[in-house]
Amino acid sequence: MKQLPFLIMLAALLVAPFVVYPLFLANALCLALFACAFNLLAGYSGLLSFGHSAFLGTAGYITAYTTKSWGYPPELAILLGVAASSLLGALFGFLAIRRQGLYFAMVTLALAQMVYFVCLQAPFTGGENGIQPVPRGHLFGVIDLSPNMTMYYFALGIFLIGYGIIYRTIHSPYGRVLKAISENEPRAVSLGYRVDQYKLLAFVLSAGLSGLAGSTKVLVYQLGSLADVSFGTSGEVLLMVLIGGLGTVMGPVIGAFIVATMVNYLAQYGSWVTVIQGVIFVVCVLIFRRGVAGEAMALARRWRLRAGAVAKP
Amino acid sequence: MKIKALMATAVGIGLAVAFAPNGVFAQSNDGPVKIGVLSDMSGLYADLGGPGSVEAAKMAIEDIGGKVLGKPVEIVTGDHQNKPDVGANITRQWFDVDKVDAITDVPNSGVALAVNEVGREKNKIMLFSGPAASDLTGEKCSPTTAHWTYDTYALANGTGAAVVKSGGNTWFFLTADYAFGAALERDTTNVVKANGGTVVGSVRTPLNAPDFSSFLLQAQASKAKIIGLANAGGDTINSIKQASEFGITSSGQKLAGLLVFITDVNSIGLQTAQGLQLTEAFYWDQTDETRAFSKKFLERVKHQPSMVQAGVYSAVRHYLKAVEAVGSKDSAKVMAKMRETPINDFMTKNGKLREDGRVVRDMYLFEVKAPKDSKAPWDYYKQIQTIPGEQAFRPMDQGGCPLVKKG
Amino acid sequence: MSWLHMLVPSASQLAQMPAQLLIGLINGSFYAMLSLGLAVIFGLLNIVNFSHGAQYMMGAFVAYTLLNVLGVGYWPSLLLVPILVGIVGMLIERIFLRWIYRLDPLYGLLLTFGLTLIIEGLFRQGFNSSGVPYGMPPEFRGGINLGFIFLPYYRAWVIVASIIVCLGVWFLIERTRLGAYLRAATENPALVQAFGINVPRLITLTYGFGVALAAFAGVMAAPMQNVSPLMGSNIIIVVFAVVVIGGMGSILGSIVSGFLLGLVEGLTKVFYPEAASTAIFAIMAIVLLLKPAGLFGKAR
Repeated sequence: MKQLPFLIMLAALLVAPFVVYPLFLANALCLALFACAFNLLAGYSGLLSFGHSAFLGTAGYITAYTTKSWGYPPELAILLGVAASSLLGALFGFLAIRRQGLYFAMVTLALAQMVYFVCLQAPFTGGENGIQPVPRGHLFGVIDLSPNMTMYYFALGIFLIGYGIIYRTIHSPYGRVLKAISENEPRAVSLGYRVDQYKLLAFVLSAGLSGLAGSTKVLVYQLGSLADVSFGTSGEVLLMVLIGGLGTVMGPVIGAFIVATMVNYLAQYGSWVTVIQGVIFVVCVLIFRRGVAGEAMALARRWRLRAGAVAKP
Repeated sequence: MKIKALMATAVGIGLAVAFAPNGVFAQSNDGPVKIGVLSDMSGLYADLGGPGSVEAAKMAIEDIGGKVLGKPVEIVTGDHQNKPDVGANITRQWFDVDKVDAITDVPNSGVALAVNEVGREKNKIMLFSGPAASDLTGEKCSPTTAHWTYDTYALANGTGAAVVKSGGNTWFFLTADYAFGAALERDTTNVVKANGGTVVGSVRTPLNAPDFSSFLLQAQASKAKIIGLANAGGDTINSIKQASEFGITSSGQKLAGLLVFITDVNSIGLQTAQGLQLTEAFYWDQTDETRAFSKKFLERVKHQPSMVQAGVYSAVRHYLKAVEAVGSKDSAKVMAKMRETPINDFMTKNGKLREDGRVVRDMYLFEVKAPKDSKAPWDYYKQIQTIPGEQAFRPMDQGGCPLVKKG
Repeated sequence: MSWLHMLVPSASQLAQMPAQLLIGLINGSFYAMLSLGLAVIFGLLNIVNFSHGAQYMMGAFVAYTLLNVLGVGYWPSLLLVPILVGIVGMLIERIFLRWIYRLDPLYGLLLTFGLTLIIEGLFRQGFNSSGVPYGMPPEFRGGINLGFIFLPYYRAWVIVASIIVCLGVWFLIERTRLGAYLRAATENPALVQAFGINVPRLITLTYGFGVALAAFAGVMAAPMQNVSPLMGSNIIIVVFAVVVIGGMGSILGSIVSGFLLGLVEGLTKVFYPEAASTAIFAIMAIVLLLKPAGLFGKAR
């Protein structure tokens, strides 16, 4: 019974590509994983990063380069991408967790901007031309990923793996300590927790999973591009998590699908997309801080309370 | 309560699914000819292409009678927002879902290279007018791609050769620090050297830097006669503006813009840009024909056409005529027809679509007028010389296009 | 091996040093003015004003509009534009910001980030991204030859003006009665309120003042740079790094670190131009390692 909604989501995702363009969905799944990874840090550890595009993009470039230039199979290329983004995450985290709150946000933003410039200038990324076409290759040497449907189910598999890792982390003792730190850091320190190590591990985990999303995204559209490391992407993932609900398990997934749909549908309206995203930000911060999932949960609680009140007068 | 959250997700995804791009079930292949104008509708290239390119494509369709193969020609438009993944996604959906036959414009080389790969995979025709990258007809060439209006090689080559011949034989480059800038510097260096000039140095400048004065001082210290601007957009505008401020242009050194468009000149203003030499494929005030086209364009778009917009018209018209002549939308047949027919319209005289996809056409060297010589809005250029197509573009055997048979 | 020439400067690089340092100082004056505005706002509102870059851009565009639509020249703009944009800032504070003071300050960052997207999107819609020309005011055309550099009159003016503005703000906050109220309100708003000072109004005015500083920097930049909707987002991230390096605790600290980093950046552009865009971020990383609270920062 507890797993029912998850099964509903799974069923929806399994049949969705027969109704909707599969590559759009595959991309949305990558973004959803990215948003979940971001949420692990922002929602459960209280560390709001403004530079998560660095992880998505770096892993993407590594995967794109190793498959295209060295002919690596997709599974290995993705692993390398994840390794690279985890390493970068360790570096970022080591520097950034020295500051908290606002400073943390600004430090991640500045470091990500540095990564952006390095990617722009590095010879292997192709500058603003990017890396293309990235071959999707054969998974484990047998499964040809080039049909869009196969690619979609591969992306779904990756998403479920990442989602599972995040779900397990949040509900583990480690996840509870993280939550405790984000709610009251001095208290956690006084209880004897090595707060910095917890935070760093969360950062690396989040970076690695973002990399997993980035590597998969590169295979979906078959290109590694500068847009993935740019600041706009860091802003977009924030928007997804904010819409969906910061610190909720499924919120980021909802948010990612909403934002992906919005970007796809409003694309023809040009810079109005930016304006609309800005408006949503403002609305979310001012009156909708719990996001879609958070509001839904609050609504459900109120219903249950009322139902309970009626049941036992 | 987590269950409710999960429910909410399911509903959210369901909604997204309901609103997402229309089903994969599409019309049959003998539908009307459909052209997709993929452009930058509000970013850096919106003035250069953007809504003006859409209008140019519509004009081409109207001028051909609105119908091809007995059915009205349809047009769809999209905004790639200068993101390659967005551009590639739109293109894929246009081909897979909307059954688009050809795509045109695509300013921004990164997006064009991404879209080009989709075109190759789906065997669909690309009529690029907007992008600059000469790789599109070099290593990345595709049998169904036509690169219509200009490329980095032609602009660098045209300006570089002309400037050296008129005495500017020592060069210093301000090079945008990424692949594009390096390519532009490399191409121009070759031309400068081939014409007997020398390159005394170069400095790599970060993208979107607000201040170029440090680099300009280095260029000044080099004593080179010409400062080559191997950059684009805002970087070019800032370098020109600040070179004028630091008295570099008035003290005898000259600037050569290697990728400057009329829209950039409009952004800089004549006061600052005067005397700048640059190469373009089209200027509205060249001949009676160009003026006639531009007058019609001006009525619809409220500004004079850029070469990219004019190129969209030229490309769409040539394509539609080829479809009509072949009697089918088959990409290979249409491309073959487009190759064998010379291109002749208001902006092109005896242009030719080469095997590697390059359209070879005359290019023109212009000089930006002084404010006192400008009589009307957009009266910016004085034509200095015509560069014949064979001299302007990279010879086919030097581009590294695998489609070109080695002789 | 390209980093080697960092260690062994060539004769021509050394000859250029004084000129490049001067240029660095000019760029540093923009960092100083912008980080100063951020520090003023942060001090009282406890908000990192992400839209600072957008407000800087607005300053340049309002100056352009005043010139081309109403024929208002550079000098009046220098005063008018900060007032106009400052009023917009006060409206923003009244309509949006005042609802979030009791929340985590991160929400302030998110809210102003959203506002940045709105402002930039609207300006891109209205003016396109390629930019508009703002000519050099006639009285500033030309320059003076100092021997080691041809210094445009306008750049000389930029240094002078920014130093005056920075010192003026420092004096206003550290040495006047109004500044004393401000500092007191930062420490203990309730107490200051009890003394009969209208703290909400003080907050509104402070935000407007910080925004006006950004707009002033925008007008100063307009004759030198391409006036484009993206000019703010290009500079704001660098200014954030400057603020992290300097720490936002002190007014003087933000001014000094602004100028200092301009100088460092200027040197990078001569000796290792490839790193010009990353140098400040690298310095930030080093400062975080050695002195996490920033050069002038109080830990908070």
